[in-house]
Amino acid sequence: MLEDLTLKLEKALKKVTGQGRLTENNISDTLREIRLVLLDADVNYKITKQFIEDVKIKALGQEVLTSVTPGQLITKIIYDELTKLMGGQRSELNLNASGPTVILHVGLQGSGKTTFSAKLAKYLKDKKRNVLLTACDIYRPAAVEQLRLLGKQIDVPVFSIDGSNDAVKIAEESLKYAKENGLNTVIIDTAGRLHVDEVLMDEVSAIKEKVKPTETLFVVDSMTGQDAVNSAKAFHDRVNFDGIVLTKLDGDSRGGCALSIKAVVSKPIKFISLGEKLDSIEIFHPERLASRILGKGDIVSLVEKAQEQFDEKEADDLEKRLMQNKFDFEDFLKQIKMLKKMGSMKSLLAMVPGLNKQIKNTDIDDKQLVKVESIIQSMTETERSNPKLLNGSRRKRIAKGSGNSIQEVNRLIKQFGEMQKMMKMFSGKSGKRIPNLKNLNFN
Amino acid sequence: MKLFKNINFEKLKSGLTKTRQKLVNSITEVVSGKAKIDDATLEEIEEILISSDIGVETSMKIIEKAKEMLRSEKDRSKINIVELIKKELSEVLSKYDDEISESEKIEKFKPYVILIIGVNGAGKTTTIGKLAYNYKQAGLNVVIGSADTFRAAANEQLEIWADRAGVTLVQKEHGADPSSVAYDTVNIAKKNNADIVLIDTAGRLHTKNNLMEELRKINKVLNKVLDYAPNEVYLVLDGNTGQNAIIQAKEFSKYADLTGLIITKLDGTAKGGVIFQVCTEQKVPVKYIGVGEGIDNLQTFDSKSYVEALFEI
Ligand SMILES: Nc1nc2c(ncn2[C@@H]2O[C@H](COP(=O)(O)OP(=O)(O)OP(=O)(O)O)[C@@H](O)[C@H]2O)c(=O)[nH]1
Ligand SMILES: [Mg+2]
Repeated sequence: MLEDLTLKLEKALKKVTGQGRLTENNISDTLREIRLVLLDADVNYKITKQFIEDVKIKALGQEVLTSVTPGQLITKIIYDELTKLMGGQRSELNLNASGPTVILHVGLQGSGKTTFSAKLAKYLKDKKRNVLLTACDIYRPAAVEQLRLLGKQIDVPVFSIDGSNDAVKIAEESLKYAKENGLNTVIIDTAGRLHVDEVLMDEVSAIKEKVKPTETLFVVDSMTGQDAVNSAKAFHDRVNFDGIVLTKLDGDSRGGCALSIKAVVSKPIKFISLGEKLDSIEIFHPERLASRILGKGDIVSLVEKAQEQFDEKEADDLEKRLMQNKFDFEDFLKQIKMLKKMGSMKSLLAMVPGLNKQIKNTDIDDKQLVKVESIIQSMTETERSNPKLLNGSRRKRIAKGSGNSIQEVNRLIKQFGEMQKMMKMFSGKSGKRIPNLKNLNFN
Repeated sequence: MKLFKNINFEKLKSGLTKTRQKLVNSITEVVSGKAKIDDATLEEIEEILISSDIGVETSMKIIEKAKEMLRSEKDRSKINIVELIKKELSEVLSKYDDEISESEKIEKFKPYVILIIGVNGAGKTTTIGKLAYNYKQAGLNVVIGSADTFRAAANEQLEIWADRAGVTLVQKEHGADPSSVAYDTVNIAKKNNADIVLIDTAGRLHTKNNLMEELRKINKVLNKVLDYAPNEVYLVLDGNTGQNAIIQAKEFSKYADLTGLIITKLDGTAKGGVIFQVCTEQKVPVKYIGVGEGIDNLQTFDSKSYVEALFEI
């Protein structure tokens, strides 16, 4: 499956690699493959369509800098869009500092509400809150008993009313109970219900009306398919939940439903739940889920690497300096650092789909980069910005300081001078290309 | 002896109402007013199939087939394309239908042992309750074994179901070895001259090796007590599940030979379309569908009625 994906992307990216600009033509295969990836990950088909449209608009006409391949660029745009859609940053649970905090859990049958209620109770108890669990699932056989047993395991009291058939009343009473017993946090577990079940949807919205929760969380199974948009929207329309909890992520589902739900209700994912143990609860990280939806493996690490070094602002700055003919050793050093951050050039290139075979013949020498870096680092700041200062005695000092021969220092300075000359020519024209380190011969 | 006499076509249809309306409305929308089926139309149909969780691959295959058939057809009207797709879908689902009827098998093996497996929250226990009730209604002597000794209150939940169905329940304390429950259950069934044994198991994600091994062990123990057991291994799939169901089936089948699927929660708007690929890959039929939480909300699966209901306008 994953190998399959890498292969497919390799094929799709081949078309884009080596072209300077992203065009409708050269990205269509990539987008098609990404569409399949998203659909296979259970992202709703309408959402997928919209998403691909958005990515296309973002991508078209984008200039491809030499430091990234067009394939990397498009994949990065996709990854960034995914992360953005999933919620740019972490979203914490709202807790009342003073007065009681009430958290209401809602969702379909079997989504994992009861287990998650106990997990959250433990999580908040560990944060020194006084927690009460309320058992409002009066329908499923032994649901109350299940919560009671879980409460016992984590030493959190569980409120229930034996024989009651009024979930709204149980919720209400539990708030009173909490107040009387000095418990500042109430987590209400409700019965699973289908969004088309009018009677039960009325019930849950009545509970919400009565207890006015600080947080209402929609608990959803991460294995959910295309219908996630319908159930999430219906729940949202009725109870206007504040956040989403994704459960069963200890499985191998790709979790695309999260993207669909987010797109439909635009509420943050607050927690993920990954196991039957009561401490397997985590804060949500959008970028991790983005990777998961795209599928693990090479393509994601490729994106991550490209991500790290692809700093648009930095590239813009560099470009400006080039245009103004101000490119100095300091800029040079930055470029080398960027390259180094990406790891060994060879290993990096090896990750680029389709390049594996050619890689043996490239003459990129990582050691050479280290050498150049050490020489520049031995220069003072003034020397770096004004290479003309580099007279014989300074060069000797630099050679000694960096542990290189004077010849090597001389060679670098000479080549840098030639590079500057070359850049002058570039900046004279309208060319925007940053000179590629690969083209410089240090030997 | 006839089992599940209450196959209620109307009920199946009402269970699938939302499903049917959606799917059919969209398909009608797509094809109506268009005399010729062009590529754009077929692509739209593909999207409709995909949003039923049928999956890209299977959807494309079905479209391809329909396209091929369409070529030799003079009638390219909307009715006809729907008919072609319906035919194709129904063929996929009925391909692995059992040749021998269940009642024949039950008469042959006594007790007839059914193992129920699936991921957490799929609906195993509820389905066991419903199955027990139906078999009991058919005049059979049923014993349930509670091999979920792990989840909190699993025993209590099953107790209530056994009570509702009016059948015998075998259980051990929380934390006991699940295969020992299976062992006891079959022995008690033999002693009681029971017709049917239903073994409930704890929900487990197919990615958990140790839990999957446990399943293998349960399976083995059943086989030790009765060399023909288990007669059936039913994988319960939540109808809301997307493409992961394919992997679930693949993994579970490595630890126990699946003989059929049960799809639950089809009373919502989810379509459960992933079964098309699961059936094809696992070469097993869908046996039952769950259409509600009530004890009588279980229906014998019939591929023709299912597809028919999907497309009923
Ligand atoms: N609407 C609807 N709900 C169902 C159906 N089948 C099961 N459920 C509900 O789904 C939830 C989970 O069902 P269980 O039978 O406990 O599932 P399970 O697979 O035994 O769960 P674990 O043992 O915890 O893994 C319960 O709330 C059931 O009432 C169905 O066909 N329709
Ligand atoms: Mg169960």
